Amino acid sequence: MDAGIIIFISIAYVTFLFLIAYLAEKREKAGRSLVNNPVIYSLSLAVYCTAWTYYGSVGRAATSGLGFLPIYIGPAIIAPLWWILLKKIIFISKSQRITSIADFISSRYGKSTWLGIIATLIAVFGIIPYISIQLKAISTSFDLLVTKQSAVYRHAEIPFYLDSALYIAIALAIFTILFGTRNLDPNERHEGLVAAIAFESILKLIAFLTVGAFITFWVYDGFGDLFQKAMDNPGLSRLFSLEAAGINGWEWFWLSFLSMSAVMLLPRQFHVAVVENTNPNHVAKASWLFPLYLLLINIFVLPIAIAGLDQFPSGAQEPDSFVLSLPLAYGKDILALFVGLGGFSAATSMVIVAVIALSIMIGNNLVLPLLLRTQAFQEEQYGNLSGRLLGIRRVSIVVVLLLAYGYFKAVGEQYSLVSVGLISFTAIAQFVPSVLGGIYWKRATKMGALSGLLAGFGIWAYTLPLPTMVEAGLIPIHFMEHGPFGIELLKPHELFGLHGSNHITQAAFWSLLFNCGIYFFVSLYTSQSPLEISQADIFVDIYKYRKGSSDYDIMRRQAKVQDIRILLNRFLGEPRGNLLLNAYENTQRIDLSQQQVAGADLVNYVETHLAGAIGAASAKIIIGSITKEEPISLEEMFKVLEQTKEIMQYSKALEKKSTELERTTRQLKDANEQLKELDRLKADFITTVTHELRTPITSIKALSRIMKETPGLPEEQIQEFLTIVVSESERLTRLINQVLDLEKIQSNQKNWTLAPIDFAEVTEMAYSGLKQLMRDRKIRHELKIENRPIEVMGHNDRLTQVVVNLISNAIKFCNPNEGAIKVNLRQAGDMAILEVRDNGKGIPKKDQKLIFEKFTQLNDETRGKPKGSGLGLFISHSIILQHSGVIYVRSQPDEGTAFLVEIPLLGTGENRGDEE
Amino acid sequence: MTDKTNTKVLLVDDEPNILVALEFLVKKEGYQVFKAENGEQALLAMAAHLPEIVVLDVMMPGMDGFEVARKIRAEAQYDKSQIIFLTAKGTQEDRFKGYATGGEVYITKPFDNDDLINTINEVVEFG
Repeated sequence: MDAGIIIFISIAYVTFLFLIAYLAEKREKAGRSLVNNPVIYSLSLAVYCTAWTYYGSVGRAATSGLGFLPIYIGPAIIAPLWWILLKKIIFISKSQRITSIADFISSRYGKSTWLGIIATLIAVFGIIPYISIQLKAISTSFDLLVTKQSAVYRHAEIPFYLDSALYIAIALAIFTILFGTRNLDPNERHEGLVAAIAFESILKLIAFLTVGAFITFWVYDGFGDLFQKAMDNPGLSRLFSLEAAGINGWEWFWLSFLSMSAVMLLPRQFHVAVVENTNPNHVAKASWLFPLYLLLINIFVLPIAIAGLDQFPSGAQEPDSFVLSLPLAYGKDILALFVGLGGFSAATSMVIVAVIALSIMIGNNLVLPLLLRTQAFQEEQYGNLSGRLLGIRRVSIVVVLLLAYGYFKAVGEQYSLVSVGLISFTAIAQFVPSVLGGIYWKRATKMGALSGLLAGFGIWAYTLPLPTMVEAGLIPIHFMEHGPFGIELLKPHELFGLHGSNHITQAAFWSLLFNCGIYFFVSLYTSQSPLEISQADIFVDIYKYRKGSSDYDIMRRQAKVQDIRILLNRFLGEPRGNLLLNAYENTQRIDLSQQQVAGADLVNYVETHLAGAIGAASAKIIIGSITKEEPISLEEMFKVLEQTKEIMQYSKALEKKSTELERTTRQLKDANEQLKELDRLKADFITTVTHELRTPITSIKALSRIMKETPGLPEEQIQEFLTIVVSESERLTRLINQVLDLEKIQSNQKNWTLAPIDFAEVTEMAYSGLKQLMRDRKIRHELKIENRPIEVMGHNDRLTQVVVNLISNAIKFCNPNEGAIKVNLRQAGDMAILEVRDNGKGIPKKDQKLIFEKFTQLNDETRGKPKGSGLGLFISHSIILQHSGVIYVRSQPDEGTAFLVEIPLLGTGENRGDEE
Repeated sequence: MTDKTNTKVLLVDDEPNILVALEFLVKKEGYQVFKAENGEQALLAMAAHLPEIVVLDVMMPGMDGFEVARKIRAEAQYDKSQIIFLTAKGTQEDRFKGYATGGEVYITKPFDNDDLINTINEVVEFG
């Protein structure tokens, strides 16, 4: 085929891509974004599938069967977790205006310049082999299409100015510059690029499916036919067994792990998945659409590999180019051209996105921070810097592609696409600890990340790229065979004596082991700067910050509005700078031209937007150059904040404690009052009881001693004294019984059983028991019972005790000279009412409630000396309560006292309720 | 030795049974005995008999023993009358109150018969 046609078609294709990009950007400006949907997002993620997938998978399958699969199994496994993992990273990146994976790591660890530089270097050196294989794929396929043969010459052997790969690299650099650096977007988003990438993903898929279908269904008779042929051929059937493929579970694990991390952390994957993301919710759909894409593009890998081995048994064609050489062998030139275009699209999409992502990193995280530290640059206050920024990026694009070409020319040609690609994957996997730890572990420090990354990167460089240079003849061979200085333990492919596994696996194992371990332990033993603490907090608790507005406006900085203008004009160009400030004026409803000084809010606003264009670390330095932090330094501010936080928490806790204390104090006070009252009552009670005990004992003791010690005492006198002794003893007994009663009622209330009894009978019995006493004291007495029987639910003895108590009280307190007592029992409504009335001095209003309390005894002048223990009424009160009744007193001074007891009559609701 | 038959002792207590015992003991010792069952009666008896000794209960209905003692001490004609408190209230505080209101001696119930008589004798003899 004529090379001119191929070049023409390639250029036409790229022009078409530009058209797509142009249309997409036009629609974006019109507000009808083409790329703002989950399908385009998923397709842009398919930039994961490069020439490696397109050509390399078949090559890998042809040599190790299913061994091509882990690279796709890993992403498929991690994709369902994107909903958590990727979304969090997107949220963080959007809030912090993260522009690249290096920027992400730098920003997390206190916007560290050094970390940004190291991460950028790892990314650049890690990705260069990967880009080199794209160059290789494009140039190989170009050669193949032109000459219809592979391996006609070695690129290494021809002068570079005759090498097609160099011109491909230069062309790619131009495309990339045109795509990625036409202007400086504050958000680093390129909708045109995304649209073009998505289109390329569709094209490469269709092209691959077409050639797969051609081989499977046209050349062969479907899958069945192909696999039958493979089974019949002993050289081919081995491809279907895992062991024979030479890959064990340990290696499958590592390859899956590497690709898992690559699909998220490769600079170009991070760029399309995070930086170019328009809506975090697209992740949900992408987490099944993307694996589906991987499945589709892998369906024909094994069939094509089998067909290639079947058609070219002698190894006449390189397995990596089976995809192209098979249609060529069947004379299908047009199909071959289409397939070549698919491969071209797979390679270009990767190169363009990867190089743009790298150039952003190099510009923002490597060159600019270093440039900003030079005095000359800082003094250069005027002039448009955005042009210079774009210039830096353009240069870095060219440099990266030339480095890739150099690697390809020196090393890449001897290796298969996949083995070189995996070197890159292993480098990128070094980001895993810093990124994962960064978003889930607040304690992780800058020093931890820096030392972990350096260790991992060092081991990677020593075990993977270094040996390839040995084979390229750049380093003597005995280095590989005997280790440096003859130390066998340090042989790059059998590091620390670990051998038997493939060198990618062992490199991944050692580098990540050291990376993780050092990251972890150094983090534990180093401390964080205030900025690190705040960034760690934002990254780990991003959802908290998304809800609360500006919790992290910790920096109270001021700057002159004029300075801010100059700054924005320098870095973003005047139109964009003005646009930003106008947007700010509009949302804040202020006029900046009226203001001399910009507050912290505006400064932070400008910093985050600048960070979007030039990276967090650079933005921090630039803003630092024009801002005046208020008299207190950030560090001090942090201390103050921390302290204030502590003090606030402390005082909150104190406040809580003190309310608790107050409540407790109040409760204690109340309890104490009650106790005091109880104590007083008890003391009174004891005084009363002891007095009551002493009085009868005094008589008993004195009289019995008299009788004992006075011989010849007249019989009548002895009789008189004995009568007194007996009656005083009985008095003692009564008193003791009452005290015991109280105890019994207090402890046994629950055990009473109430039975239907006739209250009239109870009253009559009690009354007649006291009749004699009343007669003796010449008290007029009267009992009136209406409508007997009066049935109530009651406890016979207890109720009797109440009636006796009330009548006894009446006897005690009625008029001493002309005593009169009336007892009346009647029914009123549902209640039986007992009234015991005397004609004594009455009870003052203030005491009427008190008398039913335990130990209370009226002991005042009007009622004179108490004649009881003070327990009688309390006991009665308790008993009546047990009968669901009430006891109360009606009395007027000098008009006597009436005690009333009301108990529900049998068969009334209240009584039944009591039965249960 | 004082002539006990000419020495008048007023016994005041609201408990009749205690009065019975007191009367028997004091009479047997040879003193002239008068009785009162409450404060009012006690003051009347004071006026009527001018007793040398008053054996005074503290807790009584109406006017209590301290009150009675205060009233007795308030009048010069009773200067020669000496008060012996007899009470079931046995605390130190009550004792001081008793002395403060003009009592000579403070005896708690239940008392010892001999102690009571000895005390009365001593008060009569030594003042």
